[in-house]
Amino acid sequence: MSAAVTLVDLVLSAVLIVLACSALAVRSLRQGIPLFISFGLLLALIWARLAAPDLAIAEAAIGAGLTGGLLMVSLRELPTAANAFAVRFSAGRVLVDLLTLILMVVFTYAFWSGLESNDGGRLVNDVSARLPESGVSNPVTAVLLNFRAYDTLLELAVLLAAVLGIRSVGAPFPGPGTANVMLSGLSNWIVPVLIVTGGYVLWAGADTPGGAFQAGAILAAALIMLRLNGHDVVQGIGLRAERVSLSCGVMGFLLVGGAVMLNDSVFLRYPTEWAGSLILVIEVLATMAITFSLANAFAAPPAGGPASV
Amino acid sequence: MIEVIAGFLILTGAGFFIAGSIGLLRLPDLCCRLHALTKVDNLGLGLTLIGITLLEGSVVFGLKALLTWLLVMVSGAASAHLIANFDSRQTE
Repeated sequence: MSAAVTLVDLVLSAVLIVLACSALAVRSLRQGIPLFISFGLLLALIWARLAAPDLAIAEAAIGAGLTGGLLMVSLRELPTAANAFAVRFSAGRVLVDLLTLILMVVFTYAFWSGLESNDGGRLVNDVSARLPESGVSNPVTAVLLNFRAYDTLLELAVLLAAVLGIRSVGAPFPGPGTANVMLSGLSNWIVPVLIVTGGYVLWAGADTPGGAFQAGAILAAALIMLRLNGHDVVQGIGLRAERVSLSCGVMGFLLVGGAVMLNDSVFLRYPTEWAGSLILVIEVLATMAITFSLANAFAAPPAGGPASV
Repeated sequence: MIEVIAGFLILTGAGFFIAGSIGLLRLPDLCCRLHALTKVDNLGLGLTLIGITLLEGSVVFGLKALLTWLLVMVSGAASAHLIANFDSRQTE
C-alpha cells in the first residue's frame, strides 16, 4: 500500500514539473495558458494530497480559476502576432536557467535538511497549544486571522493597491452586452449555487477548511458570470458603493485592530471572549473586499484603450 | 463485495477518462474533440463518483457527489456549446 502511494506521489510531482516546464516552453501563449491552468489544478490536487485543504481550495479557485481567466482575457487583447513567440538560445537565457537550477538545488537541500532534523520547535505545537484561545477551531484560520493577523491585513492592503493600480489605467470596461442563451441559462443555475457556496465556505472557515479568501474567490466568480451575461455589477453599483466595497477589508481590519487597543493597548490583540466574533466580522468585510477587487481586475480596460476592441 | 463493485466502477470510469484523453489528442476536428470531452464529464466522472460513494457509504457524501456531478455536467455541456458556437462563427 505504501509503495503504491509513493508511486502516485512521484507521478504527481513529475507531471507537475513537466507541466511547468512545458507551460514556459511552448511556442505560443494560446497553448501556454491552458497548460498553466492545468498546472494550477494539479497543484491543488497535490495540496489536497499533502493534507492542506485550505490551500487546495484557494489554489483551485484563485490560482487556476481566476488567474487563468485573467490570462485568457489579457490574451484576447494581444495582437495575433504576439500569440507566438520564438524560443531563442542566448547567453542571458542560459545563465538564468543555470542560476534557477542552482537555486532549486539549494532550496531542495535546505528543505530536506529541515525536514530530516527533528530537533527544534515546530510551530504546529505552539498553534495547537494556543488554539482554544483563538476563537476558532480551524488552525489555518486561527493563524491567518488571529496569530498572524497583521500579515493578513498587509495582504488585503496589497490587494487594494493592486486594484488601485488597475483602475489607474482607466475606468472599468463594460462587459459584453447580450448573452448567449446557453450562457444565461447556465448562469441562472450557477450564480445562486456560487453565492450559497461562497457564504457556506466563509461561515465554515471557522471550523473546517475554508475562509475569507476562498469565499471571496467563489463570489468573484459569480460576479464574473453575471458580467459575461450583461449584468455588470462592478459598474452598476455606483461610485460611492464601489469605494466602500473595495476598501472595506482594510478599513474594517484597521478599525477592529484599533478598537481592541482600547482594551489592551496592543494593535490587533483581540480579547479572548470576543475573538470569534471579531474574526467573523473581519472575515465578512475581507470577503466583500476580495470579491469586488477580483471582479474589478476582470473589468480592466483593454491595452489599446476602449476604442481598440 | 462492495469494494469489488466500487473498484469495477472506478476502473470503468478511469477507462472513460483515458478514452476521452485519447480522443482529445487524436480526433481531427474541434467538434469531435468536444464530443469526446463531454463523455468524460458525463460517464467518466459519474461512474467514478458512484464508486467512491459506495466506498464511503454515507448518504450525505452521496448527495454532495451528486451535486458535484450535476454541476460538472451542466458546465461542461454549456462550455462545449459555447466553444462550438465560437468556432462555427470563426469559420464562416
